[in-house]
Amino acid sequence: MSTNLLTLLPELILTLTAVLVMLLEPLLAAGASRKPLGWLAILGSVGSGVAALYQLRAVHALGPLTGFYGTIQVDAFSIFFHLLIASIVVTTLLASLDYFPPDQVSHAGEYFALVLFGATGMMFMTSSVELLMVFIGLEISSISTYILAGFRKGRATASESALKYFLLGSFATAFFLYGIALCFGATGSTAIAAIGAGMAVTKTPLFGWLAVGMVLIGLGFKVSAAPFHVWTPDVYQGAPAPVVGLMSTAPKAAAFAVLLRFLFEAAPTDRHHWAPLIAILAVASMTIGNLGALLQSDAKRLLAYSSIAHAGYLLVAFTAPEPLAVSAACFYTAAYAAMNVGAFVVLTQLSGFSERLRTIDDLTGLALRRPGLSAFMAFFLLSLIGIPFTGGFFGKFYVFSAAVRSGYTWLAIVGLANSGLACFYYLRLLTALYARPTADTVGDSPTPRGISVPAGLALIATAAATLLLGILPNRILSLTQRAAPATVAQCPMQR
Amino acid sequence: MELVLFILFGLLAVAGALNLLFQRHPINSALSLVVVMMSLAVLYWSLGAEFLAAAQVIVYAGAIMVLFIFVVMLLNAGEEEETHGSKIAYIAGIPGAAAIFCLLSFVFLSERSRLGSTGLGGYLSGAVSNIAEISHTLFTTLLLPFEVTSILILIAILGAVVLARKEL
Repeated sequence: MSTNLLTLLPELILTLTAVLVMLLEPLLAAGASRKPLGWLAILGSVGSGVAALYQLRAVHALGPLTGFYGTIQVDAFSIFFHLLIASIVVTTLLASLDYFPPDQVSHAGEYFALVLFGATGMMFMTSSVELLMVFIGLEISSISTYILAGFRKGRATASESALKYFLLGSFATAFFLYGIALCFGATGSTAIAAIGAGMAVTKTPLFGWLAVGMVLIGLGFKVSAAPFHVWTPDVYQGAPAPVVGLMSTAPKAAAFAVLLRFLFEAAPTDRHHWAPLIAILAVASMTIGNLGALLQSDAKRLLAYSSIAHAGYLLVAFTAPEPLAVSAACFYTAAYAAMNVGAFVVLTQLSGFSERLRTIDDLTGLALRRPGLSAFMAFFLLSLIGIPFTGGFFGKFYVFSAAVRSGYTWLAIVGLANSGLACFYYLRLLTALYARPTADTVGDSPTPRGISVPAGLALIATAAATLLLGILPNRILSLTQRAAPATVAQCPMQR
Repeated sequence: MELVLFILFGLLAVAGALNLLFQRHPINSALSLVVVMMSLAVLYWSLGAEFLAAAQVIVYAGAIMVLFIFVVMLLNAGEEEETHGSKIAYIAGIPGAAAIFCLLSFVFLSERSRLGSTGLGGYLSGAVSNIAEISHTLFTTLLLPFEVTSILILIAILGAVVLARKEL
């Protein structure tokens, strides 16, 4: 197989499967279940994960692979994110197989295709070292999530969600594009390695700083870091629950990957300029996210604010020097993905397409009726708090210790204080689950749905991942640490 | 000469953009956008990017503006209202425009030696043409982004179909 093809293998498999799903969809009868298409999509995303592992073997043997005139670079870093995105997509698809009632929704087939296309875009973002290619990947992933956010058509919150996400997202993308243009102005290139070399010798460093700032704004929006977070609660509230699980983890992971590559490879010389900016973003995101979550009564809005706070914790890692920052950020992304996707799988199973159970009051006393699902939810909430023996604990541990070791002790203290604050609202949801329902809540709250086998599989997988990251963190950490030097080693070679 | 062109069309672009913001009727705004696009095209041209200038005129001033106006017309399908432009513009509009045109031509023609000359387009035209350079980049170093854009367009079509289709 040629190197060019090998570098694109996971993306190719995803795209072909998505096109196949799209072509097969009209062949099914109008009212029929779209489950077979869902299984095909799952097969495709598992295939792309396997392809990423195959790439890993090639990278071990030959070192980082580059293809298409240096646009694509496959190294341990990009393969880590490919695997992460593929597993998030598989879990989301498993959870949403039974999500769409065939008698109400006529476009479930397109849902599966859009999820796969979106994943293709995210994978391109993580493996490309050319900012124009990153931009195209970002647009593919963003546009498919804009559409997915509005998939519960005819409901006002869904339209609000999709439109708000689209308008604000396009605005943020413009900032990112402006950043690329300024990079080109300062250094004469849009390839990340060449920008890094150019930034050191550029005669217009001001352009370079502006470019880094613009890229930071654009990607800050995509990862919902405060002060660019205002869209998050409304969008998450109106979007379908499985889609929220997907879009609060996979596109964010991809955006963080781009940010890691861009900041540490394209602008390493300006580190003293952007590290304080990152620290400000981190403090703002943690504080605003956690304070906002205290006031929420809707479970999805609460998790939306919590995802803003988690973006803040993750940004703390960026203040450390490269190998430390990359491994801590990668670990946190994986841990957050496992527990957050899990929490949204539970919400998907509880409330279904009609979203009958939304507020914390609706969930009161759930443990009496659905003890299994409640136990899973409780576990994910404990992990989001950061209780030991869960992935959330070690994620926070590595991030904060990275900050302490690089001299940002105050940032770690702010983060720890925020984690304490966060206990309050997670525990509020948790105690509601296990509380005795009062007379009026038990009367009118509808019975939650049962759980389907594929969704059960997804739940077990996410819970197992959260647990494994909590008790055997070394395995995944060694993989993320291997990811870091690959990106460093590549730099001098290309210069 | 280049500076003069830049100032003239730069001012025109800014004036068009301001007019676009302050007009209350959407059609008037859309038409001021044409002024902005055309002025930008001249600026690109004077910078030596003749391909970009042509694309700007065809794609933005042509196709996208037609689309804008279609949408505006379809959304405002109500009663057409009679607009009364200002009296001054009605009387002095055409003569004023003709006067400015004559004045500018006079200045350009009489001060030709002092303004110098500028080649419109083709700074690279010595060895390779601009278009050859662009197409070379597009099909070598930027081949992958160019190809992957097709996925982007496919998603946009898919999304439009999904969101616009009537439910069962």
